[in-house]
Amino acid sequence: MRLLGLYNYWIVVGLMMIGFYTMISRGNLVKKLIGLTVFQTSAMILYISVGKVRGGTAPILLDRADVLYSNPLPSVLILTAIVVGVATLAVGLALVVRIHEAYGTIEEDDIHVQDDAP
Amino acid sequence: MREHLPVLQVVLPLVAALLAALTRRPGRAWALALTAAWLVLAIAIGLLLQVLGEGVTSYHLGGWEPPYGIEYRVDLLNAFVLLIVSAMAAAVVPFARTSVAREIAPERIPLFYSALLLCLAGLLGIAVTGDLFNVFVFLEISSLSAYSLVALGSDRRALTAAYRYLIMGSVGATFVMIAIGLLYAMTGTLNMMDLAARLPAVAATRTVPVAFAFLTVGVGLKLALFPLHLWLPNAYTYAPSAVSAFIASTATKVAIYMLLRFFFTVFGAAFSFDVMQLDWILTPLALFAIVLASLAALHQEDGKRLLAYSSVAQIGYIVLGISLASVLGVAAGILHVFNHALMKGALFMTMGCVMYAVGSVKVSAMAGLGRLMPLTMAAFVAAGLSLVGVPLTVGFISKWYLVQAALERGAWPLALAVLLGSVIAAAYVWKVVEAAYFRPPPAGSETREAPLGLLVPTWALVAANLYFGIDARWTAGMAVRAAEAVLGVGR
Amino acid sequence: MSADLALPLALAVPLAAAALVGLAGRRPNLREGLTLAGSGLLAAVVMGSLLPAVLAGERPEWTLLETMPALALRLRLEPLGMIFATVAALLWPVNSLYSVGYMRGNREGHQTRFYVFFALALSAAMGVALAGNLLTLFVFYEALTLSTYPLVTHRGTPEAMRAGRVYLGVLLATSIGLFLLAIAWTWAVAGTLAFAEGGILRGRLGGGAVGVLLALYIFGIGKAALMPLHRWLPAAMVAPVPVSALLHAVAVVKAGVFAIVKVLVYVFGLDLLRSEPSARWLLYVAGFTTITASVIALRTLQRGGNLKRMLAYSTVSQLSYVVLAAAILAPLSAVGAALHIVAHAFGKITLFFAAGSIYTAAGKTEIGELAGIGRRMPWTMGAFAVGALSMIGLPPAAGFVSKWYILLAAFEAEALVAVVVLAASTLLNAAYFVPIVYTAFFADGPARAGAPPASSAAAHGEAPWPIVLATSATAALTLAFFVWPELPLALALQLAGGSG
Repeated sequence: MRLLGLYNYWIVVGLMMIGFYTMISRGNLVKKLIGLTVFQTSAMILYISVGKVRGGTAPILLDRADVLYSNPLPSVLILTAIVVGVATLAVGLALVVRIHEAYGTIEEDDIHVQDDAP
Repeated sequence: MREHLPVLQVVLPLVAALLAALTRRPGRAWALALTAAWLVLAIAIGLLLQVLGEGVTSYHLGGWEPPYGIEYRVDLLNAFVLLIVSAMAAAVVPFARTSVAREIAPERIPLFYSALLLCLAGLLGIAVTGDLFNVFVFLEISSLSAYSLVALGSDRRALTAAYRYLIMGSVGATFVMIAIGLLYAMTGTLNMMDLAARLPAVAATRTVPVAFAFLTVGVGLKLALFPLHLWLPNAYTYAPSAVSAFIASTATKVAIYMLLRFFFTVFGAAFSFDVMQLDWILTPLALFAIVLASLAALHQEDGKRLLAYSSVAQIGYIVLGISLASVLGVAAGILHVFNHALMKGALFMTMGCVMYAVGSVKVSAMAGLGRLMPLTMAAFVAAGLSLVGVPLTVGFISKWYLVQAALERGAWPLALAVLLGSVIAAAYVWKVVEAAYFRPPPAGSETREAPLGLLVPTWALVAANLYFGIDARWTAGMAVRAAEAVLGVGR
Repeated sequence: MSADLALPLALAVPLAAAALVGLAGRRPNLREGLTLAGSGLLAAVVMGSLLPAVLAGERPEWTLLETMPALALRLRLEPLGMIFATVAALLWPVNSLYSVGYMRGNREGHQTRFYVFFALALSAAMGVALAGNLLTLFVFYEALTLSTYPLVTHRGTPEAMRAGRVYLGVLLATSIGLFLLAIAWTWAVAGTLAFAEGGILRGRLGGGAVGVLLALYIFGIGKAALMPLHRWLPAAMVAPVPVSALLHAVAVVKAGVFAIVKVLVYVFGLDLLRSEPSARWLLYVAGFTTITASVIALRTLQRGGNLKRMLAYSTVSQLSYVVLAAAILAPLSAVGAALHIVAHAFGKITLFFAAGSIYTAAGKTEIGELAGIGRRMPWTMGAFAVGALSMIGLPPAAGFVSKWYILLAAFEAEALVAVVVLAASTLLNAAYFVPIVYTAFFADGPARAGAPPASSAAAHGEAPWPIVLATSATAALTLAFFVWPELPLALALQLAGGSG
């Protein structure tokens, strides 16, 4: 049961591996970016799940004294990380568009062939 | 004013980046960038003097007390790094005006300066902050702008290079983020000093070593530690010349700073090296980097690519010094951070001059340049000798300290490897020199010497190479004191 | 002028000459005039100001600058350095005179570059001679390598480029890879790099480590051309003759053996080396090099090969005499080593001058072509004969004096190996020098033997007068050294006294 109790970590690890595998195994540049996003998201889930306090409520100040709040700080941090992730994805996709313009393909193998050929 | 220096260090380039993006004229954007870069340098000098005079400076962002608020904490180490980064920016921006005009389309030039300033702000931010999550954010700011800077290169391979840099860089940054998250989960704090105080209590858990491992790999990716360097050669090769000069002399240097800060200040040397035995990972990797990357450089036919591989090898030297974990070793590493920034900045600038005048930096295209571009190639020779480590150049000072640090540990083979790397460096520098001076220029070549706008910044860096090589008392003294500060011994 | 002030001046004069020569590049007469004036001035500074001071027992000092905390570039002149500096400063004017004749006579290109780098090399050689600590020595040692590279590759032909790569490769690789490591180790062990009487390592290093450190120094100082690191020297013979003569018979190679002797005497200290069996190997390596290089020179003669190549191997062999002498480790042996630095310099520069004279006048470079040439060029071949006598070590030439002291030292220290090596190499030297002199004067030239004479070869007489004058002058020096050895001997005895 102890292992199951840590299920949030298992989800994180699973997502991370899926993202990582996609990044490595796919030759399509857009799919690689999808993998990267999944990978980054797993790290965000790690933060948020760590901040959850069992039985705690959303960290909105109530008038009662005996309320148990979840830790708000990780969520705040992840807000920043989401912005960073979106920016990364945007830059990455912009690069892919430019690569498509320059090479006419977004398959890594085709690009290599073109680069080696000149 | 004086007490706001730490935050101004970052805010100034950040605001300037925004303004540069809003201007439409290349000239105006350049003037803005120049002003910002030189002001930033002035601030860095001011900060360094302040730290030298009054000791560690702590700045509480928004008035929140650490460890709850974000703290900007400047000690001798990051004051030194701030100086290196801002000095290189101050040298590269004047160079960029002429160089960029030829390599980048005019309508993109304001955006180029905007990205350059953002990158500068990010790098300075990493160095100045005392907050872990802040480090991550600034790391991404500098990296994202660096990706777009690389992508501005005129060769289409710049795009694929930037893409690869983006993938590997993001993985590295995410690793760093995971590590920070785990550390936060264990200690409930993000302030570096606070963390350093709380970590020993939980060091025996499984989580802290995992965080340590994530951090090592993440930072290793950022600093292009062999074998995590695969993004670097293409990125440096195809980036615009000014970008190569700037990134090569600053980005990896700041990653080195992160390495020092995490391993020595946050985790502490005892945990990093005695418990985690980091030296058993870093030393062999550094050796591989020195020898293999130097050999790889020897086989390159493209001048910038040759220098890029040389950078991987030089990072090996720095990491080797750090992996010795002694005052002398860390000082040698810090010293080489400074010295290598000077020499690689100068070398990539000469490549920029060649690119400007010839339109190619292939070694074969440099035939006869010794006569056609005497000042450029003389700068290359001088900076190249510095890279080799000939006496009276900064390269010699670094090697001297590194070899001393290795011998102090009785680590013979390390000292030999350092010198072997120098010998190979002599061979690959000579490859370019021979092409430039002893092969005839192609018949009817109309190549002319690069304009003063490129030569003056290049020679300024070369002069610094020689000056700090001849009188290394200040730099070596600073490096030793910074090493003592980060190791927590002495003063 | 105080002797202290003369030290930096000895560096600055050739530097200034280099700068002025570079500026005067368009006007050959002014340019050569400046070279001659600079070399004369340097000789005046060294012999007028420094020499009397050192003879009087002074040790002039000058700190150039402090590079790292506790490590300075410092000049300090002692007897051994005085000997080297005097030789270099004395021969530079003669060599400059010769250069003018040679470079013009052979219509060499890039003459300005040649004179500029020549002056730079001389400045570096002065730095080596005057160095007050190992770091300074290393700095100028490297400067000497780099400043002579353009001279070696002067012709710019593929062959010259290849030779240049060997030259630079061997010298830089050994100095950076081994010499620097040895210096760093010395600093780590002793905490100082200053040259001190009696050595700085005594009591700080012992056992096998002494042998290892010695090996790092000996093979790190590649300029001494000890086998197996001698290859750069024959390669460097593609350079114009004045370069081979002053640099690769005097300044560069002597900088190598000078550095070795200096390290043995002032860093290790002879006492330490005598007490360590692990340091013994040096004697055998030096002996081996002496004999093997002589054999190669002899084979070059038999094949009628290149004259300069034979002289180069003779240099390799003679350099090892100096190392051998020092490695005997008796007080007298240091005297022999120091004297041989001078004696060999005078003799070998004469031989190279003669070779260049033959090339200029007759266009001949091979030994097989020299039959009968002595009758057409009596001055040149007469000088060659004097140089050859000195190499063999016969009176009335300089080589006899130095060899005498080396032999004395070998007997004193009962170093039988050294005695055998000296005897064998003397025979070998005779075997490859005497035939040349003999055929040059007494064999029939090609013209009389009936072979169809190339018209130019038959018509030539002596070389231009600057060449003949310079060659005769160095030959005279070789003889004078035999007759009046007091001055170098006095300096060398100071060295032995100080180190004992």
